[in-house]
Amino acid sequence: MSETVTIAVKRQDKPHGGSRWEKYAVAHEPGMNITTALQWIAAHPVTVDGKHTAPVAYDANCLEEVCGACTMRINGRVRQACTALVDRLLEDQPDQITLEPMSKFPVVRDLQVDRSRMFESLRRVRAWVPVDGYFDRGAGPQISQDAQEAAYPLTTCMTCGCCVDACPQFNDKSDFIGPAAISQGVLFNEHPIGRFDADKRMAVIAGAGGIADCGNAQNCVKVCPKNIPLVQSIAKAGRAATTYAIKRFFHA
Amino acid sequence: MANGTERVVVVGGGLAGLAAAMRLAEAGVHVDLISMVPVKRSHSVCAQGGINSVNTATRELGDSEWLHLDDTVYGGDFLQHQPPVKEMCDWGPRIIDLMDRLGVTFNRTSEGHRDQRRFGGTMYKRTAFAGATTGQQLIYALDEQCRRWEADGLIDKYEYWEFLGPILDDNGMCRGVVAQDMFSMEIRAFRAGAVVMAHGGCGLIYGRSTMSMICTGGAAGRAYKAGVKYANGEFIQVHPTAIPGTDKLRLMSESARGEGGRVWVPRKPQDSRDPRSIPEADRYYFLEERYPKYGNLVPRDIATREIFDICVNHKLSVEEGRLCVYLDLTHLPSETHRKLEGILEIYEKFQATDPRVTPMKIFPGVHYTMGGLWCDFEKDENSGGMLSGSPRNHQSNVPGLFVIGEADYQYHGGNRLGANSLLSCIFSGMFVAPCMQNYMASAGGGSADDFPASLFDGEVDRHREAMEALIKRAGDENPYLLHQELGDVMTRNVTVVRENKQVEETLSKIEEIEDRYARAALTDQGRWTNQNLSFTRALDDMIVLARVIAQGALQRDECRGAHYKPAFQIRPPDADDAAGMRRQANEWCDAFAVKNEKWLKSTIAEFTPDGPKFSYEAVDTSLIPPRPRTYGLKGAEIIEDVWRERLAGGGPGKSATESGKEAVTSA
Repeated sequence: MSETVTIAVKRQDKPHGGSRWEKYAVAHEPGMNITTALQWIAAHPVTVDGKHTAPVAYDANCLEEVCGACTMRINGRVRQACTALVDRLLEDQPDQITLEPMSKFPVVRDLQVDRSRMFESLRRVRAWVPVDGYFDRGAGPQISQDAQEAAYPLTTCMTCGCCVDACPQFNDKSDFIGPAAISQGVLFNEHPIGRFDADKRMAVIAGAGGIADCGNAQNCVKVCPKNIPLVQSIAKAGRAATTYAIKRFFHA
Repeated sequence: MANGTERVVVVGGGLAGLAAAMRLAEAGVHVDLISMVPVKRSHSVCAQGGINSVNTATRELGDSEWLHLDDTVYGGDFLQHQPPVKEMCDWGPRIIDLMDRLGVTFNRTSEGHRDQRRFGGTMYKRTAFAGATTGQQLIYALDEQCRRWEADGLIDKYEYWEFLGPILDDNGMCRGVVAQDMFSMEIRAFRAGAVVMAHGGCGLIYGRSTMSMICTGGAAGRAYKAGVKYANGEFIQVHPTAIPGTDKLRLMSESARGEGGRVWVPRKPQDSRDPRSIPEADRYYFLEERYPKYGNLVPRDIATREIFDICVNHKLSVEEGRLCVYLDLTHLPSETHRKLEGILEIYEKFQATDPRVTPMKIFPGVHYTMGGLWCDFEKDENSGGMLSGSPRNHQSNVPGLFVIGEADYQYHGGNRLGANSLLSCIFSGMFVAPCMQNYMASAGGGSADDFPASLFDGEVDRHREAMEALIKRAGDENPYLLHQELGDVMTRNVTVVRENKQVEETLSKIEEIEDRYARAALTDQGRWTNQNLSFTRALDDMIVLARVIAQGALQRDECRGAHYKPAFQIRPPDADDAAGMRRQANEWCDAFAVKNEKWLKSTIAEFTPDGPKFSYEAVDTSLIPPRPRTYGLKGAEIIEDVWRERLAGGGPGKSATESGKEAVTSA
């Protein structure tokens, strides 16, 4: 028998059912990550007590931390399972590793949650460039290297939900669109063509569930796996919201 | 035009599926978009390096769409029908322009234009890129546009829905699909005037690959079992540089070499010194030494084979118990490191080593399926490309069922060039839309609404019964462990080097796995979010396609692109004198002409309950006559000379061009 790692998973069979913890003794492999452990549990679905169980439901796709699917709470911290290396986790907490679903979204089953609210927020802030059509119209606008370098980090947002999971203002009682959507609003408001819709985006960002709901806890930026400067985006959005409000005041 | 109520089903929300959906929506067609994951999490996000097209900078140096076509078909060992490839290359500049307009954050020159880098298999810097996450940036742009159409009510997304099969009427025409909600497990029919399959590749047949977890081949297998032909299955691209991992192999983009990364091993086997302290003289830069012209940027199949050869035959692997070579970026300036930030971070995160200071350890991994569901095209005799709007384009042998993206087989022949996949996906998605509209407006198209509910209900019932049978199945086999066995044997025997004996053994093993699959039981019999069911069902499709791949590989007794069978390699000239070299080059060309006569054909597999039925179809090489692919081959120059003379003089080499002409009429 090879060396094993104890993985405790918070399980829930149905969206509104109760939850329970199950523990598994997972075979250790050098360099393994949490998705490897979940794959192992799927193939050997028996708890440490010898109870046969169903494979753990979870989202996963690229396993390269570019799709955002496998987000969950690992040892209490929200992050992607694919980049969570088991040996590193054991250094901090040697006895066991805990896996829980994200805390701000409805649980579908086990570690799988429904994050459609995030995509809905992207729709609300009109996170797209309003092109006339997809026919040939030549190249897009010239963009300076500095502008590209400023925009690029914002475009790496995977809509994984770490930022909103860590945000105290984002919950089922609030309508807050959250840092990711605000940052996308900023991204498109700064795009040479995207800015043509800036007022429409600002109507959402400055409106109910928008920037005013941010409590400036700055948790978002700490948990973002892509190091997106979310606080900076929020600050920009805040300033733009003020300008927008003044403009609205005089044109109302 | 299609009548206003006619809907289209798009299966798959990667680059190809989203491009098709947004183009159809723009034309006023209602789209039901079915995807196993939220489309923003599709496998296209994994493409790192870039997207190819001719551009103003390369044009200055003599580049053209024609040369892009030439590089693509030469790199693909002439197995592609050329009109679709020409059309794609012609569209390249327009596609990049459109992506630019959609806000993709392409890297910029100091004047603010798009920057380009060089990729494998070409001498030109054709590849536009957005950091090292080009695929992610492109799919986000399309995702955003589709969200816009969703807000306008023209696209309905069915995310977390799994395609179970097409619905065919009594005449064998496609009238919709059956799909399952992966949460509630509800199975329902989607009526459609036309369906387009954009489900991507099937790397999971190989167990661990660079592909994402949904790339099982499930959708491809289901379409194939329903009667869609599968073409060139044996052509599987093994990417030369992947990071070995316990759950998957992670891509290390070709852009690492495009930006100056060098591949090497210590000359002394398993040299235990820190790689940084090994002097230049003790390093073997085997790609640069063996291929002085292309160096580290030889096409993928060749780089893969060389790395394999160095580790397996020359036993020069960097590590003792594990096969790997160094991919070294440590000599590059920090500015270049910044351009590659995304991929360097991936390496650092997963390997816990900084590739800016320590050479990376990499090894080839299964990466792309050049083959796929068969589809047609119609040549435009004036341009040499595809006839715009023809309903034949991208339509499979099942009327009304179209195929695009990695799911199809049209663009990459025997081997895909780096940064051509993003182009082929977006292009085929954009291009197919009017073809589908014209199909729906044609006499045979008709409306799915004219068919009785019984057609759709019957199919739903059939899939529901199959699901119930699988849930209730008893047995002692574990689907996950069977999958590992399948992946291991396929990876060992049907990837880089193929020997008939081993491929035969693989086929027996697949048969054994198929038998055991009948006893694979679920550990989850529930009817809510049952991932165990979804995986086990897809395993059946993987087994079916594994047979197509392995049997196709067994039958194809030649070397072409990624399909490498040393026993059937034409011996390169090696005489000591010029006359002898010339004579041998002539013999080489004779053998090459004979080989093309027999094997310059698309492999076509059709499903039967007793296994695939194979046939071979001529390839349309009407634009560029096939010629020997001689990267790094000894005697390459003299072979090329002899072949050119034959083409010019209509000598024995003409057999290859003749088969091309033949193909034009039959394609």
